[in-house]
Amino acid sequence: MMKQVFKRTEGLKDKEFHYCGGCLHSVVHRLIGEVLEEMGLLDCTIGICPVGCAVFMYDYINTDMIEASHGRTPAVATAAKRCNPDKLVFAYQGDGDLASIGMAEIVHAAARGENATFIFINNGIYGMTGGQMAPTTLVGQKATTCQFGRDPKVHGMPMKMAEMLSVLDKPYYIERLAPTSPAGVNKTKAAIKKAFQYQLDGKGFQLLEILCTCPTQWGMTPVQALNHVDEVVKQTYPLGVFKDGGEKL
Amino acid sequence: MSNRKLLKGNVAFCYGAMAAKVDAFFGYPITPQNEVPEYLSVLLPEAGKVFVQAESEVAAINMVYGAAATGHRAMTSSSSPGVSLKQEGLSYIATCELPAVLINVQRAGPGLGGILAGQGDYFQTVKGGGHGDYHLITIAPWSVQDAYDFVPWAFELAEKYRNPVCILADGVIGQMQEAIELHDVDVKISEKPWAADGKKKAEKAIVNSLWVEPDKLEEVNRTLHAKYKVAKENEIKFEEYSVEDADLVLVAYGTSARICKSVVDLGRKQGLKIGLLRLITLFPFPDKEILRLSEAGKNFLTVEMSMGQMVEDVFMSVCGKSSVDFYGRTGGNILTVSEILDYAQKVIKDPCGPCTRSWEI
Repeated sequence: MMKQVFKRTEGLKDKEFHYCGGCLHSVVHRLIGEVLEEMGLLDCTIGICPVGCAVFMYDYINTDMIEASHGRTPAVATAAKRCNPDKLVFAYQGDGDLASIGMAEIVHAAARGENATFIFINNGIYGMTGGQMAPTTLVGQKATTCQFGRDPKVHGMPMKMAEMLSVLDKPYYIERLAPTSPAGVNKTKAAIKKAFQYQLDGKGFQLLEILCTCPTQWGMTPVQALNHVDEVVKQTYPLGVFKDGGEKL
Repeated sequence: MSNRKLLKGNVAFCYGAMAAKVDAFFGYPITPQNEVPEYLSVLLPEAGKVFVQAESEVAAINMVYGAAATGHRAMTSSSSPGVSLKQEGLSYIATCELPAVLINVQRAGPGLGGILAGQGDYFQTVKGGGHGDYHLITIAPWSVQDAYDFVPWAFELAEKYRNPVCILADGVIGQMQEAIELHDVDVKISEKPWAADGKKKAEKAIVNSLWVEPDKLEEVNRTLHAKYKVAKENEIKFEEYSVEDADLVLVAYGTSARICKSVVDLGRKQGLKIGLLRLITLFPFPDKEILRLSEAGKNFLTVEMSMGQMVEDVFMSVCGKSSVDFYGRTGGNILTVSEILDYAQKVIKDPCGPCTRSWEI
């Protein structure tokens, strides 16, 4: 008999991901599923999923799930947590959802210090709708609504959410990560685990900004996209812990 | 024991909410409904329940969605422009078949409008308002007593039909004071096995309104409309006042209906054969009763604080069998008894005639 060294986590339903090859949404989904399973939280969690590429997340994560309208995930999470304070509540959003249409909701959830975990996928583009400019699109990056690249004179500058939210008093834990390498994947998983633990301990708002790839809309191969995050994206969005009430920075 | 209190309509809504054992309220300030979040910001936390002043009406309705999705009794209140902002969320709540209650203390519109009472949100409320094929069950209070009584009733309907319910009030109902009886309410909270409440269950719950397969989405639409049909068979409520021998029946809801009752009293003293059909449920709409009255030879005068909205439903209900005239005021002007009576006298002498869209002429 061969020894089983890896198995699909119970935190994911037995359903094939619809994501494009090389997209990191599926990796982050898996990490969330693994952490929920390892922490024994699958039967006491409410997940809130967004509009965007992760819209079908309710088909993948093996917990109770609520599909929110575009940008309102933090409002739904606020109510879910306030009404069910003994449950783990996590919200999952892309950059159009969180940093554009839902800016008010995430800022106010952070300002109120809602004790829920907010997982923010930043890939710098609207993936599902076909590659339009996002608030997080890099300077010079081409998109279908900025065909010649993002021009700061016309489109302004990229939105740095982790930095912005860190100036508020109530957030307890904010970190930016990039699961672009085995080490990055492990760090991201540890951060998810830490955030969930902080929530269980009643510490308050936790947000993980996770830099992800979009090979399809970036026009790159999966490997090129991973390298692009490491070599280019991180220059605009440096990794690091921006706030951590549980540790000295 | 009698528990009689002199209250504003907006405050009565709050006592009604507490009587209905509401778990959570989410709202955003807007005149003329501000007493609702103000009172509930004290009453709910005192009772160990949830109150959140949201960052916007959009956030508030999505908080209602979140609370309702986890199986809690959730409500919001607002006034016309704020209710416009809630429409997308209401469409989601209706499609996900979640029970929830919205109070709209209507003000005069359109646009930013004014802060005085209006009834210009009838179309938005009973025809759907947000995108797609759904309806809000809509009930219309005409007194401060109703403001108290209708909140538990709204939750009963919301849970029975798993559908959002709108209490369509207006600035007069919200702001006027009347003595009311805060009687005990027998609250039956329904089981919610569908709730995404994070509790261990045989199958994980999903609350969702996305259906990319056309046949499945069509089935969702059919399911919603089958519910509306059942509601129509069971929930229609109205009051008839001096209708039996009337030649002209005033049709109105809320504040307009309350004023029309005085019109009927005064008109009867002057020998006019007029009556009042006060609508309590606006959706479902009592079209069969209106048809029955038209077949009995009665003409109608619809009275609203709008340019003519509910009159369209009255017009459709009579199926061309009698006249449907219209009288309305807007801008925050409250209808007076004498102006309605003058118009009723004119209509009795010279009705617009069947199949004539009186509100457009």
